[in-house]
Amino acid sequence: MNVTTLSRRNFLIGTAATAGGFSLGFHVPFPANAQDAASDVMPEINAWVEIHPDDTVVIRIVRSEMGQGTLTGLAQLVAEELECDWSKVTTVYPTPGESLRRDRVWGSFSTSGSRGIRGSHEYVRQGGATAREMLIAAAASVWNVPASECSAANSIITHGASGRTERYGAVATLAAQMPPPGNIVLKDPKDWKIAGKSLPRLDTADKLTGKQIYGIDLMLPEMLNAAVKECPVFGGKLKSFDAAAVSAMPGVRKVVQIDEATVSVVADTWWQAQSALNTLPVVWDDGPNIAVTSASIAEMLAEGLDATDAFAGTVIGDAQAALEGAADVVTATYSYPYQAHATMEPMNATARYSQDKCEVWVPTQNGEASLVETAKASGLPIEQCEVYKLHLGGGFGRRGSREDYVRQAVILAKEYPGTPVKVIWSREEDMLHGAYHPTTQCRLRAALDAEGNITAFHMRLSGQSILSSLRPEVVGERGHDPVVFQGLNDGGSDGAFGYTVANLSIDHAMRNPPVPPGFWRGVNLNQNAIYVECFMDELAHAAGMDPLHFRRKLMANHPKHLAVLEAVAERIGWETPAPSGVYRGLAQIMGFASYVAAAAEISIVDGQLKIHRIVAATDPGHIVNPAQAERQVEGSFVYGLSACLYGECTISGGRVEQENFDTYEVMRMEQMPEVEAIIMPSGGFWGGVGEPTIAVAGPAVLNAIFAATGRRIRQLPLKNSNLA
Amino acid sequence: MIQLNINGVARDIDVDPETPLLWVLREQAGLTGTKFGCGIAVCGACTVQIDGVAARSCVMPVSALDATQRIVTIEGLSTDGGHPVQQAWLALDVPQCGYCQAGMIMAAAALLETNPNPTDDDINAEITNICRCGTYNRVRAAIKLAAANGSETNKG
Repeated sequence: MNVTTLSRRNFLIGTAATAGGFSLGFHVPFPANAQDAASDVMPEINAWVEIHPDDTVVIRIVRSEMGQGTLTGLAQLVAEELECDWSKVTTVYPTPGESLRRDRVWGSFSTSGSRGIRGSHEYVRQGGATAREMLIAAAASVWNVPASECSAANSIITHGASGRTERYGAVATLAAQMPPPGNIVLKDPKDWKIAGKSLPRLDTADKLTGKQIYGIDLMLPEMLNAAVKECPVFGGKLKSFDAAAVSAMPGVRKVVQIDEATVSVVADTWWQAQSALNTLPVVWDDGPNIAVTSASIAEMLAEGLDATDAFAGTVIGDAQAALEGAADVVTATYSYPYQAHATMEPMNATARYSQDKCEVWVPTQNGEASLVETAKASGLPIEQCEVYKLHLGGGFGRRGSREDYVRQAVILAKEYPGTPVKVIWSREEDMLHGAYHPTTQCRLRAALDAEGNITAFHMRLSGQSILSSLRPEVVGERGHDPVVFQGLNDGGSDGAFGYTVANLSIDHAMRNPPVPPGFWRGVNLNQNAIYVECFMDELAHAAGMDPLHFRRKLMANHPKHLAVLEAVAERIGWETPAPSGVYRGLAQIMGFASYVAAAAEISIVDGQLKIHRIVAATDPGHIVNPAQAERQVEGSFVYGLSACLYGECTISGGRVEQENFDTYEVMRMEQMPEVEAIIMPSGGFWGGVGEPTIAVAGPAVLNAIFAATGRRIRQLPLKNSNLA
Repeated sequence: MIQLNINGVARDIDVDPETPLLWVLREQAGLTGTKFGCGIAVCGACTVQIDGVAARSCVMPVSALDATQRIVTIEGLSTDGGHPVQQAWLALDVPQCGYCQAGMIMAAAALLETNPNPTDDDINAEITNICRCGTYNRVRAAIKLAAANGSETNKG
């Protein structure tokens, strides 16, 4: 990220070498102070666009960049309407505090739910178009001609009649004083020149040289470092610790109790802090959950499969009556485990506190949530707090679910007024205190008629609600968490069920074990797709039909769902025989307002699964950068297949058993299949790209495994099943 | 005082000798391009080169190193991002979040030093770094591109 426009708020840290005479420097965001704010004359056209005298275009990006490419995509959308020279574009993050002072002019900072583009494309394009019209108006006023006779392209304004031209940079100051136009008509996407194109990312170069500063890399003058340890048992507390045992260790400043469950060591360096924390004698009060295990949680969820207290999400006709009257009912029960986000960059945050100001530097998916947490933890009014967003080494929902790392950093900074304190979690802390993908079970029952039509379909979800933990006010007393039904809704623009069934019932028995859940890339679409799409395969088999042909009959009223499915079937050669020893599976779903499907080719030799090839299709309506969309689709199979093959946090003694990547396995290069992405935007709507294709990874592979072995894998992850 | 040669510069470092090289690089030398991922040499985010060989710095105490060993980090792989591996990464726009990429690049550069034309199996065996965003296929393609460019250079 270029920091040009915040240059007055930046300073260069020179880290002098202790010997050898070399030094290095890098920019870090420097806090705005009162004088800064008062005298700030940013060359701003409007909230979204700054143009400098040298024609540099700085586009303000509010959503966080965590690898998904939104930074580049949003800049493309603004630049498209701005009619600027793309080679002169740089970007900057406004702060949540600035946004607050300007009546939230930038809208939501939340970067989750695959909403980065689809949730802000309209107002960022309007920002670019408004700035363009103001630049044109400025040049027209200088030339004393009607603005309607002028046009703009590539950062140049032209008066058609006289042929006069002017650079954006030359009229930017005047443009800022022009009244914003009232009526903006956005371009038809078919006329796009910058948006819609596979432009290279704006943030690649610094990631190749070590220059990119992530939250964990931040260094501030006089900064102290802290390591933290929360009671590993959920709901447990800190009983006592022996600070004296580590106080003489190198670099140790203080042992601090952060809250009733968490202890921290503050030291000169993080390694010193973590080393001391590792040897700190701590006695925990394990609390009420010490007997909780994966088995006890499974039992709790299994009870919900038959319970009468379920919330009805999707109801069409009378599935119950139809099932009772049916001659043959196919039944299957599936389960899906807890999973950790395991971002490559562990959780971290840096805070500096004084009596009248608290600042936090943090890699976050939601700068405003971090700001709120800063105010809460510091006890200062929110106007006296500020958050500087830093690049994220992965987010996947963890950095948008809970702000626990911000709270810890602020509490520790209060111990050292004026001195910054950086908190870094060890990988073990990161895995033991996640915001876990929730666990669920699902029982499906369906009746088929003689022609292979589904006459009744009941899907009972039992398990954990994310919202009941993070937004209990939304769930209320009725136990309705709408997010549970992702991809299973009766119509709607976000995640509509793709099959027509006369008697359809999908309900949820909420069962909340004492393990904190969170949004995990793909969220509930991931297991819902496995449940529905594997069961559809079961039904096709029960009906004696090909899985594609069986689905086709049920999807006639859902042409967009069907189109992506047909696309992957065609590309993988579904109607032609697979190579010898290779087996295929299919899946489709709709989520995050996009239609997605996948087809997999696998083989199993001596019980070893090999995934050879994935074809994935997505229809997100519009595409801002096809190349980045392809990367998201490819990457989603690493995330989705890691989850399907290996992803599992087991619980024993009320705590997570996996503490690091040696026991929490993820996919590596060797397991990675070829992925062919079919990006097929059909227009007319805006869907997400970062998450939806994750959901079809698992069921496509599981259905291929059935084709290969005749065995249904209904308990995830796959590593627990013997394929031999 | 421990003497280390980091990116061609001899440095005296005052640190507990049991401190892993990773944390000396990050906290004493100020070279934060090398990343902390797991602390148990499983994920590869901390990969550097020691005498041209890829090494996971998070479990390597600096007491095991001496001033004759050449430690190279991502900051020292080239002065300007011009190493063939970095150039191939740029050409294919490989990184997503980018956090694991320094380790990937250091491992790939070390692989190509000893094996200028690695096969898929060679790459699978040598590049065991974890990426959670999912760049594996582009990492593989970039290694092959760097290998191809390297052999072009040799011919020229």
